[in-house]
Amino acid sequence: MSRRPAGIAAIKNKSLAQAKYKDKGSAIADSQFAQMGKQMEMFKGNLEDFATKHRDDIRKDPEFRLQFQEMCASIGVDPLASSKGFWAEMLGVGDFYYELGIQIVEVCMATSKRNGGLISIEELRRKVEASRGRNSQAISIDDLLRAIKKLKILGNGFSVHKVGGSFLVQSVPGELTLDHTVVLQQAQEKGNVTKSDLVNLLSWEEERARRALDFMVKEGLAWVDHQSGNEHSFWFPSLIPDFSNSLN
Amino acid sequence: MDRFSWCDGSLFPDEQLVEQQGGVAVYDGHDKTPFISGFLMLTTHRLLWRDQKNRNCVISLPLSIILGLDEQPSGFTKSAKIVAHLQSPSPGQPPGPVTHSAHSFIRLSFRELGQQEFFRSLKEEVKKKRWESQTQQSGSSSASGSGSSNSQGLLPRQRPGIVGIERSIQAKNKETNKNISQAFQDLKNLMEKAKDMVNLSKTIATKIKEKQGDITEDETVRFKSYLLSMGISNPVTRETHGEGDKYYSELARQLATLLTKPIEETGGMMTLTDVYCRVNRARGMELLSPEDLLHACELMEFLRLPIRLRTFDSGVSVLQAQSQNEEEVVSETCAIVEKQGNLTSEQLSQLLGLSVVLAKERLLMAEKMGGVCRDETVEGLNFYPNRFLTEA
Repeated sequence: MSRRPAGIAAIKNKSLAQAKYKDKGSAIADSQFAQMGKQMEMFKGNLEDFATKHRDDIRKDPEFRLQFQEMCASIGVDPLASSKGFWAEMLGVGDFYYELGIQIVEVCMATSKRNGGLISIEELRRKVEASRGRNSQAISIDDLLRAIKKLKILGNGFSVHKVGGSFLVQSVPGELTLDHTVVLQQAQEKGNVTKSDLVNLLSWEEERARRALDFMVKEGLAWVDHQSGNEHSFWFPSLIPDFSNSLN
Repeated sequence: MDRFSWCDGSLFPDEQLVEQQGGVAVYDGHDKTPFISGFLMLTTHRLLWRDQKNRNCVISLPLSIILGLDEQPSGFTKSAKIVAHLQSPSPGQPPGPVTHSAHSFIRLSFRELGQQEFFRSLKEEVKKKRWESQTQQSGSSSASGSGSSNSQGLLPRQRPGIVGIERSIQAKNKETNKNISQAFQDLKNLMEKAKDMVNLSKTIATKIKEKQGDITEDETVRFKSYLLSMGISNPVTRETHGEGDKYYSELARQLATLLTKPIEETGGMMTLTDVYCRVNRARGMELLSPEDLLHACELMEFLRLPIRLRTFDSGVSVLQAQSQNEEEVVSETCAIVEKQGNLTSEQLSQLLGLSVVLAKERLLMAEKMGGVCRDETVEGLNFYPNRFLTEA
């Protein structure tokens, strides 16, 4: 017997079945992904525990140490987990403050693309604590300042500024910052720029914009116009449009 | 709830972990208990619940007293739950958190999902009764469906079709979970299985990256993971290279190998604090003190390494790639000025993508060597090619 061609109902059924298979498929994929997430959490918890408990043993075996580090790298766990013991608290000895220093610089490097190397100490504290993992003790501002003090020997590239009642940590020094170049680019069109231009157009923090502009005035690169309405504008002589040509 | 007893979280010799899930709350009948947020583990013998904050707080429930299981699907504001109906408490059971309870069932609330997986495994374990005899091969379908409500008597043989696929995925997951928890039982186990675990961790991370772009939202953790992946296998230490000059010069060489490329990638300069962080991340647990780092960097020039320590007048210290050799920089700068006719430091900084401070420094250096001349006006400092030398 010849086969009957499929009717509308059959086609409908088929597409319905296909839709169902698709749903099922994505459901399986989702649950598989949830499992992966769970395994990742398992790994993370275990690695954090091991970093705290077996630190010395792990250090002793070079091959294993590297393997442990590889695991930490792929899961994103901090292998440095010294706690602040009595002696660290009293005398500042031990690895705790050195490790904290590394973690501080790390946070600054990771965020510098976004904030230009300026970060408030409170945000820094939050981020350091988060990146140390769940076994971390609470980190105080005082801890951060002590750890940063230990970095002083490495030059002025990393500095703490007092702003009002709080502190601001600067990790990119004037020699290496590209903020000034960005300000110039921003000013290129009009020949001038205001602080709120930078804040609005580049979504910079106000402090960052203020510092960049102040520096350029100090270096003689920018002139201040006090008469430009409610906000000072900053002019760059090297960018001022050449009006003498346009008059001709 | 009075069927639970305290325990230390360690497994019996022939007991195996089957499944685990975080974010689980335990209810006594319909009532809330203090056991709100914890890890629920299913073993071949028991249910274990461990507090997520206080990891010493562990309670256990033998699977043998579970009479039946039900599911309560999640609602608008409710998490999905598993209901376990229990036998009346046996006398002489070890002490637990509750001595008397009005309810003969408990509910497990899965606030971080995973309820379906867990329910399936739990049902299977209760059915298999592996706590009775360990020698019995897993799942030889003991006929008595021990009260589990809608058990279908599934055999563990490979089934074709979607169910089969689901089963094999599930089995694989179970296997992986088991492997991880076994490897991390103690340090010795982990050392033996380190290689597999490294691979497993990489697989998991890659799969998660495929799905959501990266392992985590946190920019610091991502960056940390990147820095750690640059590990050095044999960090120079005082133990391996002794005290004094030998140690520092070997250290300087290692730093040069490690840093030359990243420094060139970041525009030829890196502050010493950034160097400190990078180096120590690469060394892992073998920390280097700021003092030792500084000392090693000071030796770089003497050792003729491709990177050098440099301190600006402002007190900022950086490591600089040797490709930024003074004479080359000067002739390059002069060539640019020649081409542009005249240049200010701002313009040079934009042309080269350098900081304004460094651009100015380059121009001043070129001036000192006689390559350019300054035009100092109220508009600022401008530099022109030095025709006094070339056209005289």
